[in-house]
Amino acid sequence: MTAREIWQPEEQAVFALRSLYRQYGYLPYKLSRFEEYDLYVRNKDFLVSDRIITFSDGSGRLLAMKPDVTLSIVKNAPEQAGAVRKVYYNEHVYRDYREILQTGLECVGDLGDYEIAEVVLLAAKSLELLGDRFVLNISHMGLLAAAIGSCKFTGAQKRQAMDCLRRKNLHQLEDLCREDSDAWRKLRALALCRGGKEALEGIAGVLTTEPERRALAELARLWKLLEDSGRGDSLRLDFSVDSHMGYYSGVVFRGYLEGIPADVLCGGQYDKLAQKMGKHCRAIGFAIYLNMLQDRPQSDCPEDVDTVILHDGQTDTRTLTAAAEDAAKEGSVLVCAGLPTDRRWKRLLRFENGRLVE
Amino acid sequence: MRQMLNIALPKGRLGERAYGLLKTSGYGCPALEDPGRRLIFEDLQAMVRYFWVKPSDVAIYVERGAADLGIVGKDILLEYEPEVYELLDLGMGKCRMAVAGKKDFRDPVGKTLKVATKFPNITRSFYAGKCRDIDIIQLNGSIELAPILGLSHVIVDIVETGATLRENDLQVFEEVVPISARLIANVASFQFKDDAINDLCAKLRAQTEGML
Repeated sequence: MTAREIWQPEEQAVFALRSLYRQYGYLPYKLSRFEEYDLYVRNKDFLVSDRIITFSDGSGRLLAMKPDVTLSIVKNAPEQAGAVRKVYYNEHVYRDYREILQTGLECVGDLGDYEIAEVVLLAAKSLELLGDRFVLNISHMGLLAAAIGSCKFTGAQKRQAMDCLRRKNLHQLEDLCREDSDAWRKLRALALCRGGKEALEGIAGVLTTEPERRALAELARLWKLLEDSGRGDSLRLDFSVDSHMGYYSGVVFRGYLEGIPADVLCGGQYDKLAQKMGKHCRAIGFAIYLNMLQDRPQSDCPEDVDTVILHDGQTDTRTLTAAAEDAAKEGSVLVCAGLPTDRRWKRLLRFENGRLVE
Repeated sequence: MRQMLNIALPKGRLGERAYGLLKTSGYGCPALEDPGRRLIFEDLQAMVRYFWVKPSDVAIYVERGAADLGIVGKDILLEYEPEVYELLDLGMGKCRMAVAGKKDFRDPVGKTLKVATKFPNITRSFYAGKCRDIDIIQLNGSIELAPILGLSHVIVDIVETGATLRENDLQVFEEVVPISARLIANVASFQFKDDAINDLCAKLRAQTEGML
């Protein structure tokens, strides 16, 4: 049995992803398990969960078991012109009193179109490594903000409009736009937008303001690069992907693997978070929730062990050892006195009158 | 090839009406109409698999991916806020979430308002919008009793015909939100079965347009 065969799915994923990220020049980034609580309190809305596990250290400082990796990396982002930090990580994070294994990467600094496209492509390649069928939904927060901002909505209505797009809730969206037919035409097109180049062309007609056109042009440039990678069939332009407008500014994306009932990958361009943290740089990254890989349905129930050898207590140790060594040459072996109740096996052998029988 | 769709139906009258709508839209399943003790019903021609679940559990089955689609009341969506797509208002099971109390009720504006409800999340959000200080008393049934026995000033509950309220000398003072049945989808299922789901959705929409 090879090492790869006995790895758990998430362990296999860690090795495959590490290799992928190194291939593109990303360096490993090891974080401390604890961070000052203050870092998370100041950026609470950025976190997936606000239930943070805290404790005081010996000097009375309030520390937190880290619920997130991005904030710690952005804190140390470079700000000089031309400087870019590319890192990947494989860390446990703590949310809602659960330990979650997360891997991902962050690209921070003086970013251009290439870096943005590289990260989105690496997200697609990561999903490709993890499953046969995947979908990466891609949206753009700048475009959403511009489109919703152009409608005659109050602050509360803008939030409702975002929620309707996130839930593909056309009936409530129509109700919200009852008195603004332009808003309905625009937001309906965004809500129904799903696909590739044609979908992008489909929304071009309704996006008319300068900020909308600018965001659309940025998205179109990115889409062209993504299509060139040959993964177009698995990429979808879909504006149900949303993220916090206060932190995310550009492209945002979520990845799905067939058979897993929720998104396994989540990422985006979060320039506003970096600025909020006093950093003059741009930033993009994504996280993969490796725990989710356990949710994939098993097509069969593989055996835990190849051979079980039952002994009767009379067999001498030397004979037993020789039999175990022989079986181990062909696969895994378990030697025991009674039938095991905690595992399945392929072959059962037993000693009877000093002889091994099937 | 058409993909199999797993659909969670709420037990009871709403589920039966929803199934009727699905059947006339081409998603019938004769096994479902045959009473018995089976829990899962499948039709390979229509490529659907149905199961009946407690109405308040439909959203959980869909959010966790045990069902691709489900029929659920808007009250459940507002209360539990599951991460699902809300694809269609079916226009059936119409009722309203409302504030009700004894006929002689006057809001004690100088005091904390005591509100009995099965829907603490919806209630909290409704009164937060009014900046009203409230004390939520969460009950699991017979909500109407609370103001009668002085347990609460008012209740927030689902009102269909209002008959129970009238019989107990209670009345509606304010509507919180209109409620009706919705078609919801698991977000991940939608990514891989979008053609089948959109197809079903379009057929249901054609049937329900007159109901809205």
